[in-house]
Amino acid sequence: MQASDRFNINSQLEHLQAKYVGTGHADMNRFEWAVNIQRDSYASYIGHYPLLSYFAIAENESIGRQRYTFMQCVDI
Amino acid sequence: MSSNDDEIRKTQEERKKMEQELASLTALTFDTDLYGASDRSSYLTSIPASEDAENLEADNEFSRRLPSYTGPRSIMKEIPSAEIEGDSGLPQSRRIIDREDDYRRRRLNQILSPDRNDPFAAGEKTPDPSVRTYAEIMRDEALKREREETLRAISKKKKEEEENAKAAPEKSQSQSQQLNQNQKRRNRWDQSQDEGGAKKAKTSDWDAPELTTPGRWDATPTPGRRDIEERNRPLTDEELDAMFPQEGYKVLDPPASYVPIRTPARKLLATPTPLGTPLYQIPEENRGQQYDVPKEAPGGLPFMKPEDYQYFGALLNEENEEELSPDEQKERKIMKLLLKVKNGTPPQRKTALRQLTDKAREFGAGPLFNRILPLLMQPTLEDQERHLLVKVIDRVLYKLDELVRPYVHKILVVIEPLLIDEDYYARVEGREIISNLSKAAGLATMIAAMRPDIDNIDEYVRNTTARAFSVVASALGIPALLPFLKAVCQSKKSWQARHTGIKIVQQIAILIGCAVLPHLRSLVEIIEHGLNDENQKVRTITALSLAALAEAAAPYGIESFDSVLKPLWKGIRQHRGKVLAAFLKAIGFIIPLMEALYASYYTKEVMLILIREFQSPDEEMKKIVLKVVKQCVSTEGVEAEYIRTDILPEFFRNFWVRRMALDRRNYKQLVETTVEIANKVGVADIVGRIVEDLKDESEPYRRMVMETIEKVVTNLGSSDIDARLEELLIDGILYAFQEQTSDDANVMLNGFGAVVNSLGQRVKPYLPQICGTIKWRLNNKSAKVRQQAADLISRIAVVMKQCHEEQLMGHLGVVLYEYLGEEYPEVLGSILGALKSIVNVIGMTKMTPPIKDLLPRLTPILKNRHEKVQENCIDLVGRIADRGAEFVPAREWMRICFELLEMLKAHKKGIRRATVNTFGYIAKAIGPQDVLATLLNNLKVQERQNRVCTTVAIAIVAETCSPFTVLPALMNEYRVPELNVQNGVLKSLSFLFEYIGEMGKDYIYAVTPLLEDALMDRDLVHRQTAASAVKHMALGVAGLGCEDALVHLLNYVWPNIFETSPHVINAVMEAIEGMRVALGSAVVLNYCLQGLFHPARKVREVYWKIYNSLYIGAQDALVAAYPSLEDEHNNVYSRSELMMFI
Repeated sequence: MQASDRFNINSQLEHLQAKYVGTGHADMNRFEWAVNIQRDSYASYIGHYPLLSYFAIAENESIGRQRYTFMQCVDI
Repeated sequence: MSSNDDEIRKTQEERKKMEQELASLTALTFDTDLYGASDRSSYLTSIPASEDAENLEADNEFSRRLPSYTGPRSIMKEIPSAEIEGDSGLPQSRRIIDREDDYRRRRLNQILSPDRNDPFAAGEKTPDPSVRTYAEIMRDEALKREREETLRAISKKKKEEEENAKAAPEKSQSQSQQLNQNQKRRNRWDQSQDEGGAKKAKTSDWDAPELTTPGRWDATPTPGRRDIEERNRPLTDEELDAMFPQEGYKVLDPPASYVPIRTPARKLLATPTPLGTPLYQIPEENRGQQYDVPKEAPGGLPFMKPEDYQYFGALLNEENEEELSPDEQKERKIMKLLLKVKNGTPPQRKTALRQLTDKAREFGAGPLFNRILPLLMQPTLEDQERHLLVKVIDRVLYKLDELVRPYVHKILVVIEPLLIDEDYYARVEGREIISNLSKAAGLATMIAAMRPDIDNIDEYVRNTTARAFSVVASALGIPALLPFLKAVCQSKKSWQARHTGIKIVQQIAILIGCAVLPHLRSLVEIIEHGLNDENQKVRTITALSLAALAEAAAPYGIESFDSVLKPLWKGIRQHRGKVLAAFLKAIGFIIPLMEALYASYYTKEVMLILIREFQSPDEEMKKIVLKVVKQCVSTEGVEAEYIRTDILPEFFRNFWVRRMALDRRNYKQLVETTVEIANKVGVADIVGRIVEDLKDESEPYRRMVMETIEKVVTNLGSSDIDARLEELLIDGILYAFQEQTSDDANVMLNGFGAVVNSLGQRVKPYLPQICGTIKWRLNNKSAKVRQQAADLISRIAVVMKQCHEEQLMGHLGVVLYEYLGEEYPEVLGSILGALKSIVNVIGMTKMTPPIKDLLPRLTPILKNRHEKVQENCIDLVGRIADRGAEFVPAREWMRICFELLEMLKAHKKGIRRATVNTFGYIAKAIGPQDVLATLLNNLKVQERQNRVCTTVAIAIVAETCSPFTVLPALMNEYRVPELNVQNGVLKSLSFLFEYIGEMGKDYIYAVTPLLEDALMDRDLVHRQTAASAVKHMALGVAGLGCEDALVHLLNYVWPNIFETSPHVINAVMEAIEGMRVALGSAVVLNYCLQGLFHPARKVREVYWKIYNSLYIGAQDALVAAYPSLEDEHNNVYSRSELMMFI
């Protein structure tokens, strides 16, 4: 029973990674992890309006333009 | 004994006499000179009443001898078996075949198909001639269909000729001459036909006569493989005459009761499986042969039943392990494991299952499935055995993945019958297997395996294939299957294929429900042409599929159905009977999707047809009409006046009759529809029409009326009811209540309660009469009547208070108090319930009898073992403890506490909960110290259930009396050096903190040292329980300023992340999750970062697991906490935006 539970847990973990982009595994390298961090960061800036407006002011861009720039970075 | 025999003989003679008298009515009367006299004495004079007896005689001659000997059946039947549920039938009734109806038994007609080719595994090679490819299978199916068609054509022509021949005699000479010629001509090829007919009489239906079978179809590329039918086809008379000499022997007739076994699966002897060579082999010594002494399998294997000998017989041979080839060794191993799974004890089963799973790939798909699948075809299989074998398939499937591809069809043959099983869980299992199978094998293989069955000649196969396809669609996604479905539904060649394809769509809609919405338009598009199909069955199934799609998509999706509205409306004018019923059903489900304007327009159109069909005698039509009326009536645009004038008179005349109350589904549907109509039209119209029927003679009808009135009055209240109607109503419900004989579902009770509660104050003049009735019935000698009377009191107590009839209630209280010595536990339970309702309503101070007299009377009743009595008693005592504790001395409460400890062992959860709550009330009343002492003592007891409930009780006492009263004593218990006690304390702490939530913030520093000690303990369970305590604490005090203590505890929890035992690691993970909530994800991330890129893989895996759960829980919050990474030469890792500063 325990072995199959372990089985199911492992398969569930794989399934998990398929569902949630950004989760990692033992063989993940620095680059991939850093890409995840970058993507998450940009998504967070877009999602939190105060942060977005702060960056827009700092960069002297319109908020919409800043949002667009961040979205391009998310996709890359 | 002799008197018994005499009686038996007498009754048999009487019965024979009666049968002869009724012979002209019941027995088959035919002219013996026309059809040939047969000896009637060879017929059975009596047929066994039960199915299993019949099966027993047909199949298990040997197994009947082996189990325990019982008396002759005639004597056994005389013994009244009221209590015992078929003792001799108990092992047999567990068999699946005993509870199946004829349609489901057709699963035994299927055979496990031969091996199929796996194109993915083979690659580019040409397939082995011994395996069948897809093309061959399709050809074989086409052959079978042609054969069926020709057979049918022949029988049809034969029937026509008989009719023509009968009509021929009065024709003239020339015509007769012509007829002779015709007949001669007919005779010429009639001869082969007669042969075929004769053959048909002797052999079973599916043996094909020697027709002009086109040679080219017989030239299959695989010479060695033949159908079982051809191999087993009995030899014709001519062939036998050609083989044997003309004289020297006599042909005997088979005995009159001989019926050859038709289904291949029923034969007890080893059938030549499709895998074995079709050529004859010299039989080996078979230890599985039936002797009277049951064979014991060597080596501690579980007991083998006689029906298992066929499959596991080889295990009985005591051969040396080394003498067998590796393949045979593997086979033996698999057989042993399967036998353990099927017949073994639970521990044996567990290890066997585990071994099968672990070594699945090593055994290989072939040997495994060739052993497992024939077992599932065994006709004497029991429910539990099938469940276990299906479980084995599931586990093995999981490991084998794409290796199962050649066996997909075989597995389907075995699993598809589960999809139509009566047991819900069997169906769920079947669906799960097919879903896993589709994921393992892939869409292409599934389609290739199931395509030939879509237009199979057997309707059973088509039905189950449709359901299996729907499971595949839900597993792999509808868009993947859609092109294939489209092709099938629009197949020009066979109507069966179209029918099955459309049925697949219906099953998909039923299975996945509202998930069908994204694909709704495409699905409707592929089936809409079916409404105008030439075949009636296809039209019917299309309408039913549209109904299923509309039901699944409700209340959205009307745009997708635009194209079918017109055909449906035209259709209901043209068709009759079943087709009309299906069309009406589809319309019924589509109308609720429409907007109000269209809905009212379409409703008026369809209502004319519906009203016409009110009078239809067909049961299906009635059900559908009722449902459609309900759906139409509930749409917005339909006016109450229209319903009142047009629908109501016909509706009541046709549907509110006694017959409708007898069938359960009609009953339910009728009640629902009437309630829906009442929602539009009002209470008075409906109740006014049916209230007289509360006094009807038929009890089911009265029950239906009562249930309808209850629902209507609950929904709409009783303000519509005028004085006259009120009188009729109360009169009616009193009558119905008194005349009831059995009220298992409490219909009468609920109805009474609903009416009285809704009338409120208006029921005051009737209360004396009602109470008089109750008191009279409390005295009745029948226990049921007394119970109902007591139940009624509990329903009307609130209303009596509303009418200020406290004196009456007090009087009833005293009466009930007298009856507390009741013997029948059900009645006693109801009496206690009634007392509770009175106490609730009157209040502790004004209660008669006074609480100080009532409670001591209740204490001994707590000892009663019956569940209903216990539950009601504990509820009442709890109530008194809650509200009126001061009326009872403390000593009495302490006595009750000891009694309550016993009740913690109750099987029913409600009783345990009530007990635990009562502990809380008593603790509040007399103070927690004594109660706690009792409970802590109980923690040392061995039984788990007691300890768990004690834990809960301690937590509740802590909550009612503040934790500082409980915690010191509890923590002191931890000093006892016994493992169980310490674990009990930890579990208590865990539940306590879970229960008290944020109250825990003041106590977290107090218990931290104890938890430190537990988290460092050698014993696993200590650490596990302490971890869960930490989790609950963290979740309870999140945000309340206890972070320092929590970090301290996290430091002790953290080293346990390398544990492997599932329970422990789960508890530790959850504790870390709790810490994330309480401390914030940044803190936990800092713990994680140490190990994410550790050189050791074992460490990395664990840390990534923690990171993943952290990430999923707090992805956004982590953005602020990520470390700043250094850049590599061409990659920029730094997040420069975060450096910005204004």
